[in-house]
Amino acid sequence: MKQELEIYIHIPFCVQKCAYCDFLSGPAGREEQEAYVRALRREISTASKMAEEYEVSTVFLGGGTPSILPPEAVDGILRTVRESFSLSPNAEITMELNPGTDGKEKMEAYRKAGINRLSIGLQSANDQELHTLGRIHTWQDFRNTYEAARKAGFANINIDLMSAIPGQTLKSYEKTLERVCSLCPEHISAYSLILEEGTLFWDWYEKTDHPKDHPPLPDEETERQMYERTKEILHGYGYERYEISNYAKKGKECRHNIGYWRRIPYLGFGVGAASLFEEQRWSNLRDRKKYVEIWSENEPKEALLLTREEVQKLSGREAQEETMFLGLRMMEGVSEAEFAARFHHTVEEIYGDEIRELEQEHLIQRKQGRIALTDHGIDVSNYVMACFLKEEEEEI
Amino acid sequence: MSVIDQKHIRNFCIIAHIDHGKSTLADRIIEDTGLLTSREMQSQVLDNMDLERERGITIKAQTVRTVYKAKDGEEYVFNLIDTPGHVDFNYEVSRSLAACDGAILVVDAAQGVEAQTLANVYLALDHDLDVFPVINKVDLPSADPDRVAEEIEDVIGIEATDAPRISAKTGLNIDQVLEEIVHKIPAPEGDPEAPLQALIFDSVYDSYKGVIVFCRIKEGTVKKGTKIQMMATGAKEEVVEVGYFGAGRFIPCDELSAGMVGYITASIKNVKDARVGDTVTDADRPCDEPLPGYKKVNPMVYCGMYPADGAKYPDLRDALEKLQLNDASLQFEPETSIALGFGFRCGFLGLLHLEIIQERLEREYNLDLVTTAPSVIYKVHKTNGEVIELTNPSNLPEPSEIDYMEEPMVKAEIMVTSEFIGAIMDLCQERRGEYQGMEYIEATRAVLHYHLPLNEIIYDFFDALKSRSRGYASFDYEMLGYKQSSLVKLDILVNKEEVDALSFIVFEGSAYDRGRKMCEKLKEEIPRQLFEIPIQAAIGGKIIARETVKALRKDVLAKCYGGDISRKRKLLEKQKEGKKRMRQVGNVEIPQKAFMSVLKLDDK
Repeated sequence: MKQELEIYIHIPFCVQKCAYCDFLSGPAGREEQEAYVRALRREISTASKMAEEYEVSTVFLGGGTPSILPPEAVDGILRTVRESFSLSPNAEITMELNPGTDGKEKMEAYRKAGINRLSIGLQSANDQELHTLGRIHTWQDFRNTYEAARKAGFANINIDLMSAIPGQTLKSYEKTLERVCSLCPEHISAYSLILEEGTLFWDWYEKTDHPKDHPPLPDEETERQMYERTKEILHGYGYERYEISNYAKKGKECRHNIGYWRRIPYLGFGVGAASLFEEQRWSNLRDRKKYVEIWSENEPKEALLLTREEVQKLSGREAQEETMFLGLRMMEGVSEAEFAARFHHTVEEIYGDEIRELEQEHLIQRKQGRIALTDHGIDVSNYVMACFLKEEEEEI
Repeated sequence: MSVIDQKHIRNFCIIAHIDHGKSTLADRIIEDTGLLTSREMQSQVLDNMDLERERGITIKAQTVRTVYKAKDGEEYVFNLIDTPGHVDFNYEVSRSLAACDGAILVVDAAQGVEAQTLANVYLALDHDLDVFPVINKVDLPSADPDRVAEEIEDVIGIEATDAPRISAKTGLNIDQVLEEIVHKIPAPEGDPEAPLQALIFDSVYDSYKGVIVFCRIKEGTVKKGTKIQMMATGAKEEVVEVGYFGAGRFIPCDELSAGMVGYITASIKNVKDARVGDTVTDADRPCDEPLPGYKKVNPMVYCGMYPADGAKYPDLRDALEKLQLNDASLQFEPETSIALGFGFRCGFLGLLHLEIIQERLEREYNLDLVTTAPSVIYKVHKTNGEVIELTNPSNLPEPSEIDYMEEPMVKAEIMVTSEFIGAIMDLCQERRGEYQGMEYIEATRAVLHYHLPLNEIIYDFFDALKSRSRGYASFDYEMLGYKQSSLVKLDILVNKEEVDALSFIVFEGSAYDRGRKMCEKLKEEIPRQLFEIPIQAAIGGKIIARETVKALRKDVLAKCYGGDISRKRKLLEKQKEGKKRMRQVGNVEIPQKAFMSVLKLDDK
């Protein structure tokens, strides 16, 4: 049987930059987009040579706003994937989509191209909040998009939501949750806003002495209440939390995302895309112009080398650390049996002390052969995860 | 010049209030006497520590020799000894003065006579030096050289009507200064044939040459092969090399004779054997008695210095030993703290000295330090009659054993323009100053005389002074002695545990206020942890202030996008690294900089 492989494809285009966004993305003209897609398809087919022993189980087109591309371009990219790799017949193929960049025909075309899961960036069901975030759509725009997607036959849809938006109240957030749940999407991602350097929000709230000129950020108490209500409301509608920020109806968990936490190998294509393959991690260069140039001016093999940066071979210790801090993001936690099978050491041997200490602090629990975060552990997961990083000399 | 006769030597230094242009004038003299070409000049040749250049101050005395062809057609050897201007480094100044025969007094043409102008002039006169003034910065729009000349005559009492009006920056009238050096600084005296008698005024350690001794030859001659003896320590060595000071380098020569300034190397491995202030003589033909040397200065401010990484303790000790080599005023001895582990209690001349040493340790020796709040030396009179000199607050005896305590006082002179007199008097009042009097130097400027407790000026007095006078006030102080005072030890409890490194001694009347500020400051500095942390200030077990660091409720990473695990790992590593920079006290992690926070309790 072939080994499992995931594919991530980055589309670094959007209509306009949102106020909270620090991802690699920005507006671009048609020609630039076409040149980028050409480079992307070359990269995909070239890289496939290294993965002949693998079968692709998930594909994720992320961005940016991939739906900014014409359906033919999306179709072209997926055709290249199918022609170059062996793609599993029941592969999960997700595309991110923003309301306001699509229509019914486009939806049907995506379906035809092979997309079988959509991830829609809604963020909020409150128009004022959407405006603050710098989104280009309204709640009604989203309703239209969602309806069009359902009509086009999409039976697996995720909706991205955000809490702690400037100006947001507990009440308005609850309303967003209720409105979204009543539409019955299969999957909901609920993140809380984090101010990142280089975003407009950072300038508003961190760099200035006058944050009062802008809508206030919810205080900590409110933010915590939003977090608690997310769990309660989504649970009430039959969503199960399977990862720190992700909720799904039974069997509708995002396989692609789970793959990251379980360290399933993946290849990332396009600018800034990250890969994990045969215990090596690397990221592609982030400069879009340079990326296009490399793939138009070089032999494919050469171009592939020039594209990849920060190539890092993971040591046994690093792989163990990753297994823990990534695995803990999932509610089911880390399987002790899988750990032992993979590393020829038990979790006990490697992390006995750390685990006992964290258990005493009631941050993790160990049951039925798995180690997982407690509710309190989820709240301070960074602290818990950092505990599993070892000093270099500690390696066994 | 093969043979230099004494008549053609001038040993002098430049003295000035800080920022009046001492180092710039030194540069100009070096440049104009042709030792360096303009191209070789980096600005401020003599300030050769990075730190000095950055801060624009002189810390270590520096020495350089240049040759000047005077208008009388003769060539003169100038030995210029640059001196620090800051009050903390008076010790260095007096060492340098002992090697000179005269001094150039630099006074800013706009600012006029300042507190340290006076202090330095008195110091020079104490050493029997001939002083002549120059008025610098005459190119400034606000310059008023005639008024300043008058001020020099009135306040200091030295002739200034004909003082060269110069701009060291533009080079204006530097030629006048050079001629004045020839005519107004006396030539050295001393008999080259007499038994050797040389005063050590500085030393540095060189890993190849051993200790390099800087000295002024008072009598006799020294050359390669001379068997020398240090009169105080008795150490004997054979001279390997003698020479003089080029700009930034040592230039060997055949011999140094009476009246000259230069260096000696003699494979001296231990700096303790060549103490600054000691007299070097010829072991085979010793002189009758040593030169007077200088008063040993004692540290006035103490603090604990600990390596951030406990394993670096030996490195810190080595670094302190090396720094002590040419900074005899730095003292240290090992101490331990429950919170900080192994470290040293270090003594300094003042807060600037402390800061300079701290920065040098961090930069030159690449050490990460945790420094505790500075303390002065208190005298604790115990009920059993014993008197303890307390440098570390943690060692304060039980209150029941203390009869009374004394704290050091200083005599301060503050020079200020009249519009700020009120503000500065308020400041001195707040710092428990005792008003001694005031005199006007001229219509708009006055000198305020105060007696102040030293512990009130070691924190941020200088900053407060500057900010309340918009930079116009200047300040100088000298030790006055001890005075009985009501003092208490303020303890800080973090999560109910006393943190020894945070304790400090404070005037009873200010204890409540400082305790409250300290708690507030620590609340800002200590990051939220998994549980609630009370921070309390206490005197003898009685809590006088409290703040609470709330429990950490959330510490979750945002979206981890497109499988960029490396970025996530970096964030976690940063978190872990941050943890390493904390000190574990009980089960609370305290960031290292919190231990310095007592320094920054703003008075406004």
